[in-house]
Amino acid sequence: MARNPDADSAPAPKAVKTSTIEFDADKAKTFKVVGSRPPRPDGMDKVTGRARFGADMVMPGQLVGLILRSPHPHAVIVSIDTTAAEALSGVKSVITRDDFAENADHHDVLCNIMAREKALYEGHAIAAVAATSKAVARKALKLIKVDYQILPHVTDVDLAMAPDAPLLHADMITSGVTPAPTKPSNIAGRSEFGHGDVEAGFALADVIIERDFKTAATHQGYIEPHACVANVGADGMSELWCCTQGHFHVRQVCASLLGIDVSRLRVTASEIGGGFGGKTTVFIEPVALALSRKAGRPVKIAMSRDEVFKASGPTASSSMNVKIGVTKDGHITAGEGEFRYQGGAFAGAPADFGAMSAFACYALDNVKTVAYDVVTNRPKGAAYRAPGAPMSVYAVESVIAELAGEIGMDPIELRLKNAAREGTKSSYGPKFGSCGLVETLEAARDHPHYSAPLGPNQGRGVASGFWFNFGGETCSTLNINADGTVAIAVGTPDIGGSRAAMCIMAAEELGIPYERVRTIVADTSSLGYNDTTEGSRVTFSSGMAVIKASRKAVTEMCNRAAMIWDIPAEAVTWEDGHAKPSGANAGEFEPMSLAEIAATASKTGGPIAGHHEYNADGAGVSFGTHIVDTEVDPETGRVDILRYTVVQDAGKAIHPDYVEGQFQGGAVQGIGWALNEEYIYGEDGRLQNAGFLDYRMPVASDLPMIDTVIVEVPNPGHPYGVRGVGETGIVPPLAAIANGVSAAAGVRLTELPMSPPRVLKAIDDAKVAAQ
Amino acid sequence: MSGIHVSTKINGDAVEFVCDVEETLLDVLRDKLGMTGSKEGCASGDCGACSVTVDGRLTCSCLMLGAEAEGHDIGTIEGIAKGTQLHPIQQKILDHAALQCGVCTPGFVVAAKALLEKNPDPTETEVRFWLAGNLCRCTGYDKIIRAVMDAAAEMRGQ
Amino acid sequence: MVQVTLSGTFQQVAGGISTLEIEAKNIRQLLNGLEKQCPELKPLLANGIAVAIDSTIYRDDWFQPIPTDSEVFIIPRLAGG
Repeated sequence: MARNPDADSAPAPKAVKTSTIEFDADKAKTFKVVGSRPPRPDGMDKVTGRARFGADMVMPGQLVGLILRSPHPHAVIVSIDTTAAEALSGVKSVITRDDFAENADHHDVLCNIMAREKALYEGHAIAAVAATSKAVARKALKLIKVDYQILPHVTDVDLAMAPDAPLLHADMITSGVTPAPTKPSNIAGRSEFGHGDVEAGFALADVIIERDFKTAATHQGYIEPHACVANVGADGMSELWCCTQGHFHVRQVCASLLGIDVSRLRVTASEIGGGFGGKTTVFIEPVALALSRKAGRPVKIAMSRDEVFKASGPTASSSMNVKIGVTKDGHITAGEGEFRYQGGAFAGAPADFGAMSAFACYALDNVKTVAYDVVTNRPKGAAYRAPGAPMSVYAVESVIAELAGEIGMDPIELRLKNAAREGTKSSYGPKFGSCGLVETLEAARDHPHYSAPLGPNQGRGVASGFWFNFGGETCSTLNINADGTVAIAVGTPDIGGSRAAMCIMAAEELGIPYERVRTIVADTSSLGYNDTTEGSRVTFSSGMAVIKASRKAVTEMCNRAAMIWDIPAEAVTWEDGHAKPSGANAGEFEPMSLAEIAATASKTGGPIAGHHEYNADGAGVSFGTHIVDTEVDPETGRVDILRYTVVQDAGKAIHPDYVEGQFQGGAVQGIGWALNEEYIYGEDGRLQNAGFLDYRMPVASDLPMIDTVIVEVPNPGHPYGVRGVGETGIVPPLAAIANGVSAAAGVRLTELPMSPPRVLKAIDDAKVAAQ
Repeated sequence: MSGIHVSTKINGDAVEFVCDVEETLLDVLRDKLGMTGSKEGCASGDCGACSVTVDGRLTCSCLMLGAEAEGHDIGTIEGIAKGTQLHPIQQKILDHAALQCGVCTPGFVVAAKALLEKNPDPTETEVRFWLAGNLCRCTGYDKIIRAVMDAAAEMRGQ
Repeated sequence: MVQVTLSGTFQQVAGGISTLEIEAKNIRQLLNGLEKQCPELKPLLANGIAVAIDSTIYRDDWFQPIPTDSEVFIIPRLAGG
C-alpha cells in the first residue's frame, strides 16, 4: 500500500489517536480486583475434560487427513504419482504441490507446508490424503510413489556456513552485506548492532575473557500436537477449527495460499494445549483446507508427536563467540559477540534478536554484536519464548560469571555495577525507558536463597535476562448484558490464563465483581483483526483494549443515567459500579448500579457496549534475574537442580498466580534446554530422538519447587503498569544453570545441553589437563 | 476389516462398542465414544495425557488396545466429578491455579486420584515420582504438586 | 530534523550509513525521507520494521508523531513466542 510519498511536507495531523493510556499511579493505589487471584473462567472445563482442544472437534461427515513426509533430509522431488492412492476405496482426495499456486506473499510458508522442487528436511510434507478412516489414509500414503533424487545435506550451523556446504537455495544471497555476495550461500542474512569502539574498550580492560559456545536446537514441547478441522463448502465458504496462537494470522495466510477472500474463511481458535511460539504459524491448516476443498467434506488433521518433532517449528541451534573486558574494580569496558543461528530450511532464525538481546542487561560504552541467520536441512524454526535471546544471553552471562570470578567480585554486584537502567543506551540502540533490572538484581541479592549454604559438589549460578515485549494490532468488544453481567470478546487466544486477566481488568474498571464478567476468544468473523498471542503481548495489549472498551461503556452508562435523571451527562460520574451525580449541584439522586442501568437499556436507547481498536505500542521491556543451586555427580555427570528462584519485573501482576506460572514454566523450560533437551541428528541427516522418551523434557521428579519473586516497576505505557511476563522467564536459566554447574563441577561448561556424558567429559578433561 | 465386539464398563456404565484390531483404547474413547477428555500427546506412553484407570490401576490408554477393555472397569476423566461436584483434586487444581493451557490436566487429575487412593498421605517426593509419567510444559509442576498435596490433606480431613 | 540511527541489516543495506538527518514530524514522513535518501532500503521498509522513538518501540504506525529532538532508531520488527 502506498503510504503517499508526496505527503512529506504535510504537517502531522493535530488529532493523533494516541494508542496508549499512561500509567495511573493513583488508581494503582486503590485496586480492588487487580492483583487478586480468582479462579479462571475456563478452569472448570479443563479439570473435567470438557474443554475442547484442536483434536477434540468433530464435524459431520469428517474425513481423516494424513500427510506423506520426506524420509530424506535433502532431495529433488522428481515426480509424485498419486494414481494408486486416488483409486483406493475410501480415499476422497489426494493433494500435492500441484494443488497450491505460487504465492509471492508467503513463498517460504508455501514451500514449507508442501514441498515444491525439493524436500529440504526429513519430515517435509510431500503429499496428503483424506480418507474415510485412518487405516485407509495410512494405506493410501503407502500407495503414493515419489521419485527422489537424493542430494547431500547439512544440519550443523557452522558446517552450513562453509563455502563448500551443500546449498539449500540456489537463489539465497546473504542480505546485510555490502557489496552483496555474487554467489549464493546458506547464510540468509547478516546483521550488526552496537555502538562505541570495542577495540578501544578492550584496551581499557584489566581482564578479558573470550569463549566459544554452542547450544542445541530444542522444541517448545507443547503437549498438544497441532490439530485442525477444515470444512470448505461447494460455494467456497470455509471454516477452520484449529489450535493456534493467532487465528487471524492463520486466516490471512490460509486464504492467501488457497486463493480465497479472507471473508470466506472463518477461523475459530480451539482451546490451545500450549504454544510457546510454536503455534504462531501454519503447518497443517492449509493442507486440511485444500484436502477439504477437493473432497467436498470436512477434513481433520492431527499431527503425531513424531510429526511435531520433525515437521513443526523447533528453535534455532547456535554457535557463538563472546568476548568481554572488565576492569579490576568491575567496570565492563567492552562486549563483543558473534551469534550464528541455524533456523532450519528457510530464512528466519532469530539471530538478530539474539544479537540485540545479548548485552541488553548492561550499560556499555562499547558493544558490538553480529548475527548470522543460516539455513540447514532441518524443519523451519518457529518462535520459542523470547526467540533468540536465551542462547545469546547464555553466552554473555556465562562470561560475566567467569569475569566476576576472575576479579573476585560477587556476580550480582558486578551486574549491579553495570546494569542497564532508565536512560541507558541499550546495546541494540534506543535508550531504555523505565525498567526493573536493578530491582530484580537487588531482590535476588537480598533473597535468603542467595546466602544459603551449599554442600559438596554443589554450585550456585546466577544470571539475568531480557526481553523486548511488544504490542501490535488489537481490538476488543465489551457488551453489558440486560442482567448486569458483562461479556467480553477478545481476539487473542488464551494460552496461559489471559481470559481471567481480561475479566479482572474489566471488573476493576466497571466496579463490579469478577464473577459477573466473562471473556471469550472470538472467531475471525466476529471481531476485527488481532495480531497473534505472542511477544508477551496479550495482558498488555488486549488488556488495554478491554480497559478502553470498559471506559466507553461507562461513558454510555453515565449518559443513560443522565437521561433518566434528566441532568447533563457531564454531571454524572462512575464510582464503584454505580452512576452518581457528580456533586450537589448535579441533583439529588440515588446512585444507579450497572445492573439497574442495564435492566432499562432497552428503554433508554438500546444495547450498551464498548469497543476499542488500536495499535498497541508502549509495551515495556522486561528483565529478570534467576538463582539456581545445582549438584553435580562427579561419577556420572548427572546434574540435579536443588533450588531455584525466579525474580522478574512484571510491571503489575494482574493475576499473580498466572504471573508466577509464567515465571515457573519459563524457568523449567530453560532447565530442560540447559540440561537435557536436544535435537540429535545422525550422519544421515535424520532426527534420532523424535519422541518424548528420547527428547527428555523435565518431569516432576526432576525438579524442586520453583520460587518466585514478582517485582513491580510499573510500565508507564499501560494504565495499570502492566509489562509482558511470558517470555523473559526462559532467558536467564540457561546461563544460570551453566554457571551453577560450572561452579559445582569446577570446570567451565560451554555447550548445551549439559547432559551427563558432556558434563562427565568436561570433568575428566579438566582432570587430565590438571595433571 | 471385521470389527471386534467389546463389552466393558466405563465410569460405572455398561458400554459396548465395535473396534478394529489396531485401535487403541484412547482411539475408542475419543473417536468412537466421544469421550475427548483423555488426550493424545504422544501415543507412546510418555506424556500421560491419556491416563485412565483399568480396574483401578493407572494406565496410558494409548498403550492399550480397545479390544483389551473387554470385561474390565475403565475410569476416565469424565467420571471423576459427580455432576457439578468436583473431586477435591479438581477443586485444588483450580484453587492453586495449577493449570495454564490445561491439556495435560485431565491426565494429572486421573493420575493423582490413583495415587491418593493408594497412598493417602504421600510425601512431596512421592507425589513427584508418581506424577513423573505426566508431562506438563506450562507450569513447571510447582503448583500441580502443591494442589495434589493440598487435596491429599483435605481428603485425610486435615 | 530528527536524527535517525539505522541498525541491524539496515545499516549495511543503506551502504554503511549509520545515522542520517530527516525532516519528519511523524513516522510516515520519516519512512518517506528514508526512502528518498536511501532507495536501497525500500524493500526492507516494505517488509515491516520497528521504529524506536525515544524509549518506546512502535511498528510502522504512519501517524505516530515524532517530537523534535527525539532519538529515533530503525530496528528489526520484533516477533515473539
